[in-house]
Amino acid sequence: MAIPKVCGIETEYGIQVLGSADANPTSAASLLINAYVADVATRVGWDFEDESPGRDARGFAREGSMPPEVETHLVNTVLTNGARYYVDHAHPEYSTPECASPQSLVLHDRAGEVVLLHSLEAARRLLPPGEEIVVYKNNSDGKGNSYGCHENYLVDRSVPFARIAHQLSSHLVTRQVYTGAGKVGRETPGSSSHQVCFQISQRADFFEEVVGLETTLKRPIVNTRDEPHADPQRYRRLHVILGDANLSEVATLLKVGVTSIMLLLVEDDAFGERDLALANPVQAIHEVSLDPTLRQLVELANGEKMTALELQWELFDLARKHAEDRGLAEVGPEGSGEEVLGRWEQTLAALEHDPASLRHQLDWVAKRELIDAYCARHGCGLDDHRIAALDLQYHDLRPSRSLFRRLEMERLVDEADVEAATRNPPRETRAYFRGECLKRYPQAIVAANWDSIVFDLGEDPLRRVPMMEPLRGSAAHVDTLFDGCGSPAELLRRLGA
Amino acid sequence: MAERELKKRQAPPRETTTEVEEAPAASERGEKLKAEIDDILDEIDEVLEDNAEEFVRNYVQKGGQ
Repeated sequence: MAIPKVCGIETEYGIQVLGSADANPTSAASLLINAYVADVATRVGWDFEDESPGRDARGFAREGSMPPEVETHLVNTVLTNGARYYVDHAHPEYSTPECASPQSLVLHDRAGEVVLLHSLEAARRLLPPGEEIVVYKNNSDGKGNSYGCHENYLVDRSVPFARIAHQLSSHLVTRQVYTGAGKVGRETPGSSSHQVCFQISQRADFFEEVVGLETTLKRPIVNTRDEPHADPQRYRRLHVILGDANLSEVATLLKVGVTSIMLLLVEDDAFGERDLALANPVQAIHEVSLDPTLRQLVELANGEKMTALELQWELFDLARKHAEDRGLAEVGPEGSGEEVLGRWEQTLAALEHDPASLRHQLDWVAKRELIDAYCARHGCGLDDHRIAALDLQYHDLRPSRSLFRRLEMERLVDEADVEAATRNPPRETRAYFRGECLKRYPQAIVAANWDSIVFDLGEDPLRRVPMMEPLRGSAAHVDTLFDGCGSPAELLRRLGA
Repeated sequence: MAERELKKRQAPPRETTTEVEEAPAASERGEKLKAEIDDILDEIDEVLEDNAEEFVRNYVQKGGQ
């Protein structure tokens, strides 16, 4: 049965040091995060006690798998807004706090961008003259290397994983018609560099399997990592690794919102007799991405052929019926799901009627319009170096260089709220408890992670407070607990920990 | 397919409204759009990284998920 869709986004940012020939990206990412932490945040380390990224949802654990952070001891910190900010391999990565609605997640995804911007400012003061760190919110370097933007959704453990994989993959393959961030060129292994074309998705080229555990090679459309960061008897955390990082707020809302709705349908087994499984999801994800005219047909396992847009309409019709029958309350409070449903319908209608009309809403459309206009003005083709530069610079976060910022894209959140969300946690999930503890008792907290906080009260042993329920620890639950609570020791006493 | 077309005819009222508004002002909108994109292109010529070829060549990202 459908459960509330607590959700979050982890973004690996591309990073480059300008003005330095031999800069190391790992060092640059560390410097960036340390500079931010020294400037504005309280430093609390990450607790790896319960990390198990090698556990597979299909029921087995991969031998010898360890979180890479444990192996390399890279910078890793928790912020007062409940987010995790760290170096993952060679990238700065920002994991939003757990959010209780797609709308809240749009705000916190944007807050992540602002944290990166503040980090760039702080790092600038530490770097030698002439050097500058630049970060990009994209997913590819254009040379066959990709880095991810992963979504996480809380799912009912009692729903068989095979059903999730079977029923969700058609959506994951076709949602790129609104979530794509656009890209010039092809990066599938073996593709020729002469095949320069515009494609809808940054990430599609890098997916080679339908279901699997990997995230760095042979990437699967449905990832089986089984690491709930919550009560494993009740919950699953679905880890969606194929999405593009979006700068457009509308695209982020649709990416997370529609996927949340689809998960409600899976949990409630609302597909009925209609089986929309694709005959070849991997082939389909590539083909759909390569056709910005949206006419490409994909084949279902039952032999039917339809466009990605038509498949999305079918999913929309199922979702609307579900909304009428049972409502969409689990997507989020206050009509959150209905707002997403309305946006989804408008977007599909606009894509059908005139995709260019979404130039202020969707990343791939905005980028494509810009590139077409640039080519027309300068009489150049897609293989021109300036187009590759433009493609990259669309994602540059620096206001002085960002091309995205110049396109007057539709905004869904207020900039002052985004700034506040760099400091304050969402009020509706356990991130509130994590963030508020870090704000109130930074000296007493030695480590934190998604499902626990470890306190050091100056006496042995350390005290671990588990947080296995993602919706407990919200402001409604713990504000009275914090009220008039003078010390962390008193907080723990009140908690009965 | 027939079912889909039926759905299109039942398109949301919002879409119908937009179409009615758009029709008489289409050329005006087109002009406005062109002016808008021209302004953006002027600005982009200014902010696009110098030496695009080298800038793009130097952007290499290993070790991503």
